[in-house]
Amino acid sequence: MPDLLPADFADLEPFADWALPTEGARYAKRLASSMDELQAFYDAAFPRLQAAMAYLEQFGMDALPDDGKRLLWLFGALVTVSFPVEVWRQPRVPDSGASAIEAVVEPAI
Amino acid sequence: MPHFTKPAEGSWTEHYGIDTEPVSYEDSISPAHYEVERDAIFRRTWLNVGRVEQLPRNGSYFTKELDAARTSVVVVRDTSGVVRAFHNICRHRGNKLVWNDYPREEVKGTCRQFTCKYHGWRYALDGQLTFVQQEDEFFDLDKSDFGLAPVRCEVWEGFVFVNLDDTDTTPLRDYLGGLGEGIAGYPFHRMTQVHRYRAEIGSNWKLFIDAFAEFYHAPVLHAKQAVADESRKLQGVGFEALAYDIDGPHSMVSSWGGMSPPKDLSMVKPIERQLRSGLFGPWDAPDIGLDELPPGLNPAKHPAWGIDTFVFFPNFMLLVWKPNWYLTYHYWPTSYNTHIFEGTLYFVPPKNAYERLQQELAVVTFKEYALQDGNTLEATQTMLESRAVNQFPLNDQELLLRHLHATARRYVSEHLERQSATTPVQISAVS
Repeated sequence: MPDLLPADFADLEPFADWALPTEGARYAKRLASSMDELQAFYDAAFPRLQAAMAYLEQFGMDALPDDGKRLLWLFGALVTVSFPVEVWRQPRVPDSGASAIEAVVEPAI
Repeated sequence: MPHFTKPAEGSWTEHYGIDTEPVSYEDSISPAHYEVERDAIFRRTWLNVGRVEQLPRNGSYFTKELDAARTSVVVVRDTSGVVRAFHNICRHRGNKLVWNDYPREEVKGTCRQFTCKYHGWRYALDGQLTFVQQEDEFFDLDKSDFGLAPVRCEVWEGFVFVNLDDTDTTPLRDYLGGLGEGIAGYPFHRMTQVHRYRAEIGSNWKLFIDAFAEFYHAPVLHAKQAVADESRKLQGVGFEALAYDIDGPHSMVSSWGGMSPPKDLSMVKPIERQLRSGLFGPWDAPDIGLDELPPGLNPAKHPAWGIDTFVFFPNFMLLVWKPNWYLTYHYWPTSYNTHIFEGTLYFVPPKNAYERLQQELAVVTFKEYALQDGNTLEATQTMLESRAVNQFPLNDQELLLRHLHATARRYVSEHLERQSATTPVQISAVS
C-alpha cells in the first residue's frame, strides 16, 4: 500500500484511516470506535501535533499537496477524538441522547 | 452579591419595565397559537435569509424554504448586481420554479435566467417573463403582466433579509433599530470562512432561542464539557451578564469571556492548550482592520468583555466574539413543536494549517454544546406539553426570554385584533 502521509509522519501510517476529508466523516468514525481505539489514535497523534503544524506551515492553505491534506485531515480527527479522550471517557457527548446536528457548509481542505 | 453592577431599580428586568411574575409557556405548546404566529410574525417581519457572500456574482442565486410563512423564496443577484427576492413560483401553473431533484430541498447556483421545469417558461433575473412556450396558443397573453411575484428584499451590513408583508413600508434599517445601528460598521465582510450546521429540533422555535439567550444554564448543563476543577468553579460562581438591552422587539445580552485566552492554562483541556483555541474561538485574534469596536458592542465597556448576543426578532441571532469572529443562529419553524436550527460560524480565512485547526476546534466544540442543548429542548417541549405545570419563575438573567415570548404574544394578539376589526367572523383568541 502506498504511503498516504508525508514521509516525516510515517509513524502515523497505521492511523491513516482517520484522514477523512469532512468533519461529518471524522465524527461518524469516532462514534463507531471503542474508547481503546480512540485512546490509541490520540496517544499516537497528540505528541506529533506541533511537528505536523510546523511541517504544513511551509505550504499556503491553497497549495497543500495531497499527502499534506491528508495529514491535516488526520489532525482534524485528533480534534474530533480529543473530547472523549480528554474528558468524557465515552464516544458521545454526555446528555445528548439521540440528538444530531450535521455540517451542511464546510470549507474544503 | 452581584459581581457586576445592576441598574438602580435593582434588576435588569424591572429596569426595562418588564413584569417579574411567573410565565406561561402556552405560546410554545399551542398549535393554534403557532398557526397565528405564521401569519402574524413570519409573514409580517424582516427575516434574515443569508449573506451577500452567498451571491458572489451576477446570476448567483439561492432558495430559502420558509415553511412557517407558507412559501419558498429565491434570492438572486441580477445582471446589474442588485439583490432581489421572488416567491419561488412559476406564473403559469404554480409549479415551484427553482429546485433540483427534491422540491423541498434548498438549492443554490448561478444562472442567466430561471426556466420552469414544467412547461419551459423563462424569467430574467429581474423577474420579467421573457419566454412562453407556444405563446400563440394563449389568449391575449401580455408577458409584462406575468413577471415573478416580488418579495421585499433589503441588505444590512451584508445580511440579506426578506419581508413577505407588501403593506409594510418599514425599511430594514429602521426595523433593526438602535441595536442594529450600534453594530453597523463591524467588518462582517472579512469573516468569509463559513461552517454551517443544521439540525431538526423537537421543540417550539422560541424554546431554542431561550436556550441561547441566557447563560444561566451554561455552568450546569455543560458542566461535563470542562475539566473537573474548572467545572466546579464555574457552577460556584454561576452567571451574571455585563449588560442587557431591549429595543422594540429586539434584545441583547453582553457577557464576560475570560476563556480566550484563559488566565490559567490548567483550566482548559490539553488540546486547547496545544491549539490555543476552544469554545470562545481561537485565542489569537486576527487583524480585522478595526481600531475601535462599534459603540453597540461591549456596551458596558467592561475589560472582561467576551461576547455580545443579539436577538433580532423573530428568529435571527447574531453573536459577536471578542477574538474577532461571529456566529449566527436561525430557527425555522416547521410546526408548533418542531423547527430547523441553523448555526453558522464565520472566521477570517486561515492563513495556514495551524489556524485552520484552531478554527476546527472552535467549530466542533460548538457542535458538542449544541448536541446537549438540542437534546434538552426535546425534554422541555414534551414536559411543557403535559401541562402538568403551567407557571414558571424566570430570574433576572432570563430577561430576554420574557421579552421574546411577550413580543410573540403581542404580535399574535395584534394580528387577531386586526382580523376581527376587518372581518365579520369573530376569531377566538388564543391564550
